[in-house]
Amino acid sequence: MPVRTLPYLLLAPATFFLLAFFLYPFALVAWQAIATDEGVLTTQYLSKMAGHWKFDTALSNTFWLVAAVVPIQVALSLLMASLVTSMGRGRDIVLYIWTIPLGISDLAAGLIWLAIFEQTGFLNSLLVGVGVIDQPETFLGYQNKGTIFLAVVLAEIWRATAIMLVILVAGMGLIPKEYDEAAQVFGASRWQRFRRVTLPLLKPSLQTALILRVILAFEVFAVVAALGGTNLPVLMGEVYNRQFELRDGNVAAAFALLILVISLAFTLLIMWALRTPKEARL
Amino acid sequence: MNAAVTDVVPAKAGKRPDGVVGGDNRLARIAFTVVVVLLCAWVLVPIWLLVANTFSTPAEVNAFPKRFLPSFDTESVTFFLGFAGVGSALWNSILVATVTMVLSISIGAPAGYALSRFEFRGKGTFRILVLMTRAFPLPLLALPMAVLFIRVGLDDTVFGLALVHTTLALPFAVLITYSLFSGVPIELEEAAWTLGCTRWQAFRKVILPLVLPGITASAIFAFVVSWNEVFAAAVLTIEHRTLPAFLLQSLDVAPLHLKFAGGTMLVVPALVFIFMVRKYLFAMWGIANR
Repeated sequence: MPVRTLPYLLLAPATFFLLAFFLYPFALVAWQAIATDEGVLTTQYLSKMAGHWKFDTALSNTFWLVAAVVPIQVALSLLMASLVTSMGRGRDIVLYIWTIPLGISDLAAGLIWLAIFEQTGFLNSLLVGVGVIDQPETFLGYQNKGTIFLAVVLAEIWRATAIMLVILVAGMGLIPKEYDEAAQVFGASRWQRFRRVTLPLLKPSLQTALILRVILAFEVFAVVAALGGTNLPVLMGEVYNRQFELRDGNVAAAFALLILVISLAFTLLIMWALRTPKEARL
Repeated sequence: MNAAVTDVVPAKAGKRPDGVVGGDNRLARIAFTVVVVLLCAWVLVPIWLLVANTFSTPAEVNAFPKRFLPSFDTESVTFFLGFAGVGSALWNSILVATVTMVLSISIGAPAGYALSRFEFRGKGTFRILVLMTRAFPLPLLALPMAVLFIRVGLDDTVFGLALVHTTLALPFAVLITYSLFSGVPIELEEAAWTLGCTRWQAFRKVILPLVLPGITASAIFAFVVSWNEVFAAAVLTIEHRTLPAFLLQSLDVAPLHLKFAGGTMLVVPALVFIFMVRKYLFAMWGIANR
């Protein structure tokens, strides 16, 4: 077999697969959102989506969740990655424990935090047990939107910090030890070394971690479904309702297009904000 | 930059070398250990609470207050496993995940090999195509695929869902196998060629045994991606629901002990799998960065 065609043959299945099952379907869903089944361009689905009474709540809930979850995850994963990197004995077991949530489904994570927050759950048992409250609270009832939000934030932080941690630990492993040692020789404190040596060199990893995490945060769905049901509408939940419960494919596609546009916009924003000049790459 | 330099000088003049601040160091080490242990507890305690619920009787699960130590009763588990639809949901989950695993490795590994061994036109474009998947909310693929699958008769099938899950797992498979093959020196392959092996023989007898553990790890990873996926599974299947889809759709109606037993059923295989691939986790993500 001629060597020149071999790489193309090897790449062909994956290329075909991604074109047929990734790019084409996304084009299709965008088209479904802005055109009728007869192929006439229309804004009726988009305006139907924007006009629905739940739309504003779903949109703002999603954005507030991202705003509450992601910054904490960045800080927490940076802390965990620094701790792990400076660890000697026990590093492997600690890393295994911290990465466990990586393998846990978002639905399972929702159920885990349901065990804590439901009315007969562990948080109520604890609070009544130590005498903070007399009666179990309905943390996840429709009248307690604040605690539902808090429960979802905690569950999301619990579940999805590991993915950032793994990327950051891998990224810290790529930074040559000499830089840190040099800073140490010049008397830089731990914080100064982190802030002025590690962090700038970690920017590419931070960029990858943030993109992955933010895209996933805008897709929040099963955690909310398990903890809040319909009491905390989010965008992805509305896609599901439209598609599965109401069988209204075009409006579901309109929601999908919105999430798609938000995701791409944030990807570009993060790529720009955390760009590394070519000369500064490791 | 200047600020850093001026900050640094007095610190250096003051408390070095390290021996002088021995007391501080011990305190720092204790604080370090406490933080690490607390963060471990933060991950483990919630899982324990779910498991504790699963191994309590249904009556205990619905009672108040809860006990933090379960009675180690299997009634909830038996109830869950005997519940209508759970058996087939479990079976469908295993089927979809297995098909996803086979598809993503058999399509992804050749691409990974090509990326690691050849320089050719279009290589950069292909890499961008793979990396682009990260910027897209992939579970949304379920929407257009639902339309397409009805057209070709793949709606509500295990294979149809596996195709969508493969799209989720394929980029990882490509990047992971790419890094695995890149880790094997091309000289090994060349040596086999000069000794009379064909390209295929050299690959099978020299390269494959070396990368097999890594390939297994990435296959397991693909399995977990599919096993855990909720949204696409819930949208695309009705009769052939997977376990996450089944659990999601019974959230409103199912009793608590069913939900918790189901949650544990989802978590346990994932725990075992992550344990098996832990060695490769960082290699995978390290390379996925570049």
